[in-house]
Amino acid sequence: MNALVAWFDSMATNVFILPAVLVILFLALVPLFLSLYVSLTRLSFGQGSFVLTFVGLDNYAKLLVGIDHVHFLGLWADPSPIGWLVLGLVILAFAWWLIRYVRGGEFAVGGLVGRIVVASVVTVLVWIMVQTIANSGRPGTVGVTLIYVFVDMFFQYMIGLGLAMLCIQHIPGRRFFRVVFLLPMMITPVGVAYTFRMLADTYKGPFYPVWIALGLGGTSWADNAWGARIAVMVGDIWQWTPFMFIVLLAALESQSIEEVEAAVVDGANQWQIFWSITLPSILPVSTTLILIRMIEAFKIIDLPNVLTNGGPGTATESMSLHAYTLWRVLDVGGSAAIAYMLLILVTFSAMSFVNLVRTRAQAVI
Amino acid sequence: MKRLITLSSLVMIAALLLAACAPAAAPTAPPPVQVIVTQPPVVQTVVVPQTVVAPQTVVAQQTVVVPATAVPVGTQFKGITVNVLTFTGPQIAEPLQRRAPDFERLTGAKINVIVVPFSDLYQKILTDHAAGTNSYDAYVLSPQWMADFVGAGVLEDLTARINADKDLQWDDVAPFFRNFSANYGGKLYTVPLDGDFEMVYYRKDILTKDGVKPPETWDDYLAIAKQYQGKPLAPGGKPIYGSCISKKRAAQGFQMFWSIVGPFLQSQGTKEGSFFDTTSMKPLVMNAGMARALDIYKESTKYGPPDELNLDVGDTRSLFDTGRCVLSLDWGDIGTLSVDPANAVPDVINNVGSIIDPGTKQVVDPTNRVTGALVNCDSTTCPNAVNGVNHAPYAAFGGWSAAINKDAKPDVKNAAYAFFSYVSQPAQSSVDVTIGRTGFNPYRLSHFANLGPWLHSGMNQAMAQDYLGAIQASLQSPNMILDMRVPQTQYYQQVALDQALAQFLAGEITRDQAMKQINDAWESKTNELGRDKQLAAYQGSLSITK
Repeated sequence: MNALVAWFDSMATNVFILPAVLVILFLALVPLFLSLYVSLTRLSFGQGSFVLTFVGLDNYAKLLVGIDHVHFLGLWADPSPIGWLVLGLVILAFAWWLIRYVRGGEFAVGGLVGRIVVASVVTVLVWIMVQTIANSGRPGTVGVTLIYVFVDMFFQYMIGLGLAMLCIQHIPGRRFFRVVFLLPMMITPVGVAYTFRMLADTYKGPFYPVWIALGLGGTSWADNAWGARIAVMVGDIWQWTPFMFIVLLAALESQSIEEVEAAVVDGANQWQIFWSITLPSILPVSTTLILIRMIEAFKIIDLPNVLTNGGPGTATESMSLHAYTLWRVLDVGGSAAIAYMLLILVTFSAMSFVNLVRTRAQAVI
Repeated sequence: MKRLITLSSLVMIAALLLAACAPAAAPTAPPPVQVIVTQPPVVQTVVVPQTVVAPQTVVAQQTVVVPATAVPVGTQFKGITVNVLTFTGPQIAEPLQRRAPDFERLTGAKINVIVVPFSDLYQKILTDHAAGTNSYDAYVLSPQWMADFVGAGVLEDLTARINADKDLQWDDVAPFFRNFSANYGGKLYTVPLDGDFEMVYYRKDILTKDGVKPPETWDDYLAIAKQYQGKPLAPGGKPIYGSCISKKRAAQGFQMFWSIVGPFLQSQGTKEGSFFDTTSMKPLVMNAGMARALDIYKESTKYGPPDELNLDVGDTRSLFDTGRCVLSLDWGDIGTLSVDPANAVPDVINNVGSIIDPGTKQVVDPTNRVTGALVNCDSTTCPNAVNGVNHAPYAAFGGWSAAINKDAKPDVKNAAYAFFSYVSQPAQSSVDVTIGRTGFNPYRLSHFANLGPWLHSGMNQAMAQDYLGAIQASLQSPNMILDMRVPQTQYYQQVALDQALAQFLAGEITRDQAMKQINDAWESKTNELGRDKQLAAYQGSLSITK
C-alpha cells in the first residue's frame, strides 16, 4: 500500500501536467502533420465539397527541379571572382573546422557526421548565393530570404548593441531615449511597411522636401532590384532593432562592475574592456537573442508584401510571400510545400546555431 | 483645492453619464414612399408519382413556379438578415452599405455587408462553401470566378428569377453583360452591378492645344506619350508624364497589359476569345502579336513615372487626377473621379477626354493564332475594324456582379435577390454609376440615355457626352474581349501572367523568355487540370456550342 502511494506520489507531477502537454502537442503537432499531408496533395473543389488528390512529391519537384525552380532557387550563373573567393574561403574555413574537430580531444563520430552535414548544407547554400548574386544571375525566394535574414540581423545586432552601450552611460535623457528606442517594435509590421512606403515616396509625402534637398526628388527605388531590397531591409532593421536593444541593454546592465573597475585600474582602454570583458559577458544572451531573432526573421512577409508586392519582378519576394501568393489562388499544396521547405531551412539553421555556435559560446564563458 | 478639483471632476463625470444615458431624440419618420417591390416567384420542386406500363412506380420531379403574391411594403422580408460578402473598398462596398438601410425600410430585410481584403475574397468564398460553414448568403464578386464557383456548386442559378423580374429591366442591361458576363454555360448566375472595361483617358486641353488627335492605335499612344513626356505642363510647372499605367506586381498590371495585347489577338468577335485557341486550348502567347504587345508595354514605361513598376491603379488615378499625366489606361473610374473637386485639380476637371481602347492595324493571322505572324487588317482579317483599326475593348475583370449562395435558406435567397435587383434597377444604378467612389461604372443602356445624373455629378455636357460616347463605343463593339473564366483563372492570370510581366518589366527576363514562361506555366496548369475539361469550360464561357 505504501509502495502504491509512493508510486502515485512520484507520478503525480506528470499526471497533473499531462493534460496541458497533450493539448499543446495536439495544437502544435496535428497541424504540422496535416500540412505535411497537404503539401503532398492538390486541392480541387467539387459540388459542395473539396478534394485533396495525393500527388506525392510533385509540389516539391516543381520547386526544386520543375517549372518553378528558377523562381524558388534563383537563376544560376557563373560566380564573379569575388563569389569564387567567398566560396573558396567558406570551403577552407569548414575544412579547417572539421580537421580541428577530428584532431581535438572531444572527437565523436556522431559529432563529425553532424558537422559534415552542416558544412555541406552551408556550402551548398553559399554556392547557390554566389551564383545567383552574380551579375547575370538572379536570387530566388530562398536567396532573397537568406539576404534579408543575415543582413538584417547583422545590422539589428550592431545598431542595437550600439544604442544599448549608449543608454548605459550616465548621460542626460537616457531614460527618455530608452522608451523612444522601443517604439518601432510596438508598431504592427503592416503599419511599418505603409510608413516606409510613405517616407520612401520621392514624389509626395512627409519626406518629399528631404528628397528634394538631397537631389533625389522624383527618383525611384522601386524599379531597381537592390534598391527595393534595401528599402525592405531598412524597414525591417528599423522595426526589430529595438528588440535587440532592449535585451542587450539588460545584459549590459547586469554585467559585473567589479571586473570593469579592475580592468580600468590595470590600465585597459575602452576597446580592450569591451572586447575582453563586456562582449564575453553578454555572449550567452547575444547568442540566444540572435537565435530567437533568426527564427522570426526567416518568416518576413509584411514589408515586402506592402512595400513592393514582391517586385520589381521577384526581387523582394521572400519564401513566405511566395507561399502566400500560391495560397491566395488556392494552390494550397504548393503553398504548403514552400512552407515546409522554409521549416527545414529554419530548423537546420537554428539547430546548427544551437549545437555549434551557442554551445561553444557558453563554453567560452 | 484638492477637494474642489475632486468635486468638479465628479460633477463632470455625472453630467457626462446623464448625457449618455438620456433617451435619444425620436427619429423623424421618413416620408412615405410609394415603392413597388416585386417578390420573385418561388420555385418549388414537386414530387409527382407516376405509374408507367411496367409494374413499377417512377417518381418524377416537376418544377412548379408559384406566382408572386402581393405583400405590404416594409414587411415583406421582415426578420430576415442577409450577409453579403464583398471586398473592403470603399469601392463596391459603399453603394451596398448606403442602399442597405433604404432597402430595410422598404422591405424589412437587414442587409449586413461584410468586407474582406480583395486578395482574400476568392478563396474566402470557396473555402467557406467547401467547409460547409456557409457564413455568407450572397456575394458581390468577379464574374470571372464563375468558372470555379459554378463547378463547386457555390452559386444559385438566377435564370428564372431574372426572367420573371420586370423591375430589373433585364433588356436594359447592355448585351455584353447580359449575354456573356452574367452567363455561364447558358444560365444566369449574377446580376451585374458594374460595367468593367478599360478605356484610355487623355488631357483634352493639352492635346487640343497642339492639334493632336486622341490615340487610335497603340503606336499612336506611344507617340503621344513620348511627345509630352517631361514637358512642364503639370500644375506648378512640374514635368508631366506622357503615360500613367498601373504596372505593380500582384495588382492590376496584367489586366492593363491585356488591353494592349487584346486587339492583336482577337479580331473576329467576342466568341473568338483572346486567351486560348478555342479548339485546342493552346495559349495564344507564342505569336508575333504577343511579342509586339510586350514591346509596347515596356516602351510605355519610358514615358511614365520613374516608379511606375510600383504603382497600382489607385496611384495612377491619383497622378492623372492631379494633372501629372497626359494619358492613362484605366476602367471607367477616372471619368467620374476626375470631376470630383475632392480628387481632381482644377486643370483636370472637365478637361478629360475618353476613348475606346486603342487598337491595331495588324493582327495575328486568324488562321493560326497560336504561333502566327502579324498580318495587315482587311475585311477578312479584321471584319470589325473601324477606319482600318481593329479595336478589342477589354472587359477586364468582368464587372462586379451580385450572386447568391446556393445553400442559403430560401427566404434569405429571396431577400438577397430582391436587394440586388433593387441596387441594379435603373432608378438606383443610374445614380451610383455617376459617383466615382462607388467603383460602379455604366452597364445599362439607360445609363447613357439620360445625361442628367452625369451633369449633376459635375461633368459638363461635352465631357459627359465624350465619356458616355467612349463607353458606348466599347459596349457596342462586337469585338469586346471577355475576360478569362476557366477553372483556376486566378493562377493563369494573377500568378503566371502577372509574374512573367513583372519580371519582364524589371529586366529579369527577356521578352521571349517572358512569352515562354507564360506559355509553359499555362500549359502546365491546363495539363494538370485536364485539357478537355478546361477546353469545355473555355468554350462554355464564350458561349460556343459544338
